[in-house]
Amino acid sequence: MKHLLSIDELTADDLRDVLRITPSFAEVAQRRISKVPALRGQTVALLFYEDSTRTRLSFEIAAKRLSADTLNVSVKTSSVNKGESLRDTAETIEAMGIDAVVVRHRSSGVPWQLTKWLDASVINAGDGWHQHPTQALLDCFTLQQQLGDLSGSHIVMVGDIKHSRVARSDVQALTMLGAEVTLVAPPTLLPPAIASWPVRASHDLDASLRDADAVYLLRMQSERQHEALVPDLREYTTRYGLTAARAAALEPKVPILHPGPMNRGVEIAADVPDLDQVVVVDQVRNGVAVRMAVLFLLLGSGSEQAMPDEVATAGATR
Amino acid sequence: MSALLIRGGTVVDANGTGVRDVGVADGVIVAPDAVPGSATVIDAADCVVSTGLVDLHAHMGEPGDEAAETMLTGGRAAVLGGFTTVLAMPDTWPRVDTAAVVEHVRMLAKAALCHVEVAGCITVDSAGTHLAPLGELADVGVQFVTDCGAGIQNPLLMRRVLEYAKPFGITVAQPANCLELSVGAQMNEGEWSSRLGLAGAPAEAEEIMVMRDISLARLTGARLHFQTLSTAGSFAIVSAAQRSGVRVSAEVASHHLALSDADLAAYDTCRKVEPPLRDSSDTVAACEGVASGLIDCVVSDHTPQTTDRKERPFDHAEPGSVGLETALAVALTREIDITHVLRAMSWRPAELLGLGSPTQRTISPGAQADITIIDPHERFSVSTRTQATAGTNSAFEGAELRGRVRSTIVAGRVVVQDGQVTP
Repeated sequence: MKHLLSIDELTADDLRDVLRITPSFAEVAQRRISKVPALRGQTVALLFYEDSTRTRLSFEIAAKRLSADTLNVSVKTSSVNKGESLRDTAETIEAMGIDAVVVRHRSSGVPWQLTKWLDASVINAGDGWHQHPTQALLDCFTLQQQLGDLSGSHIVMVGDIKHSRVARSDVQALTMLGAEVTLVAPPTLLPPAIASWPVRASHDLDASLRDADAVYLLRMQSERQHEALVPDLREYTTRYGLTAARAAALEPKVPILHPGPMNRGVEIAADVPDLDQVVVVDQVRNGVAVRMAVLFLLLGSGSEQAMPDEVATAGATR
Repeated sequence: MSALLIRGGTVVDANGTGVRDVGVADGVIVAPDAVPGSATVIDAADCVVSTGLVDLHAHMGEPGDEAAETMLTGGRAAVLGGFTTVLAMPDTWPRVDTAAVVEHVRMLAKAALCHVEVAGCITVDSAGTHLAPLGELADVGVQFVTDCGAGIQNPLLMRRVLEYAKPFGITVAQPANCLELSVGAQMNEGEWSSRLGLAGAPAEAEEIMVMRDISLARLTGARLHFQTLSTAGSFAIVSAAQRSGVRVSAEVASHHLALSDADLAAYDTCRKVEPPLRDSSDTVAACEGVASGLIDCVVSDHTPQTTDRKERPFDHAEPGSVGLETALAVALTREIDITHVLRAMSWRPAELLGLGSPTQRTISPGAQADITIIDPHERFSVSTRTQATAGTNSAFEGAELRGRVRSTIVAGRVVVQDGQVTP
């Protein structure tokens, strides 16, 4: 595996491999010196065309815990609007000698385009409405921690599916692991041709929550009401928000996930995030470990067998 | 002017198909025994000899976008693709909205190896508000008017255009796209846009406009030509309108015969076109429409772009593909019978452009010697590096196609010989 662009380019075995080695990297974070030399001498460029504090920090910490050097490149999207060639930007960065590019862009497909022009590994940190594969990996890992084997479990995902790269990646990853996914949204916020997705679609959140093993809330952006996709956020919250009443009706063992940042009072009632079953912090913590695993698989010695040694070597320096 | 003898080819025109020799002298077709013994002989064995291809839809770059294409490079591309006449679209800079600009474009077009007919704008600067002087444009010989882009959006303006243009015998040509329904669209709406996370234009954005304009054509009795239709639904609506006697014709771009939205899986911006690549069932319907004659014309929709306009994120890349050098081969590769291909790429577009009806403009003595000689079996692979167009954006880059133009003769002059532009 050279790049990580989308979940649907992975096999179920690839996906399970990442999840299987992730605990070793999570363990590194528990150490007093939370750093291993696995990627020493390698440089990872973080090419973020769109603001993203948590994903960028997560990748940066992951790379640093593996001893890679990181290069932060914040590119204002406006320079693209001014006609700057994507290729020029990418080639300029590569000329500085990097081994991997972690890219976030508001336009779907940019990571694919970069692979045509770059020799470096490309990791998709979110492209447009399209894919956010490391988010899906960390979500699967978090759900496995909560539910065990995901085969046959019922995951209810609620919100603006149409414009969500998280939904596209998560649906692919969860169904690959055998989970059943129900997407709940008003019809205007479901993607076209939803029948071609391996999911159930519903417009009734209360009915869907009754047999949910986990609930995944997506961020609802206020701009959607200006596009006549929803009348207003109040009506959205009433029908599709995780209100205090809906949260109270859930079994306490049903985990609640959110990719962040949360809009308290919109998709999730103001006090709900403080419930014990909300695992948003676990998601963030696991995000670092999963991204370490991905960086290691793409940039490490190339064989997973080498991994325990790397970790063991690091253990010796503890 | 030198004489030619085209020997041993299969002549295919609206009067029939048969192996016979064709003579050319002084720019017109003559009987083979009327050419002098000194005539240059072109061996056309195993080839099809046709009236020159006519492209009703080419963006020639010049004036205004010489970085992407000029009359010289675009004209070379045209004749290499077998076209002896192209209709140059008016979305140049300045736009072709006065007689003066028409004459200017004609002067520039002298650098082209093919005949260049000039289309005019419907509204001033194609801004969609004030009518361009259609009478003045008609007086200098403009036959087609179009605003390109998404076409006329305002239905009242569209009605006025159709009414006003009627006495001039000018054809109003309209791309069909309801902009408000396709706002922000980067590709066809469907399973693939859903998967690729790109905003899609539903087929209905085109079909609603086709229905509207057919209604207005019926109301006004004017002649209407739809540019680059792309959906099976549009073809069916046009077919029903034609049966009910509305004077409407339709063209399809060659890329819509072969490529579908699934071909965007790798976000190849050279395949970002307008209207977008549709469902694979639409490509099948397009090929069937060409074969049945329901679709009048196959056009290149040649839209050259410079590299930097395509090496952008998909939603910032300019749309369009070059097509002059591949349009014929794409149609033949799709296994459409060559008679039907020639009807759609030579006979009907020539008739719509006023160059003569299919039974007048034939390979017969007295006709202007615009001739295309095609080897329908020769295969070639597409590379914009070796193409004559200055545009670097081919939706078919790397594809292997069947059907190569061997010779193109424009007004009796051999401009392409053995697949190369003559020195």
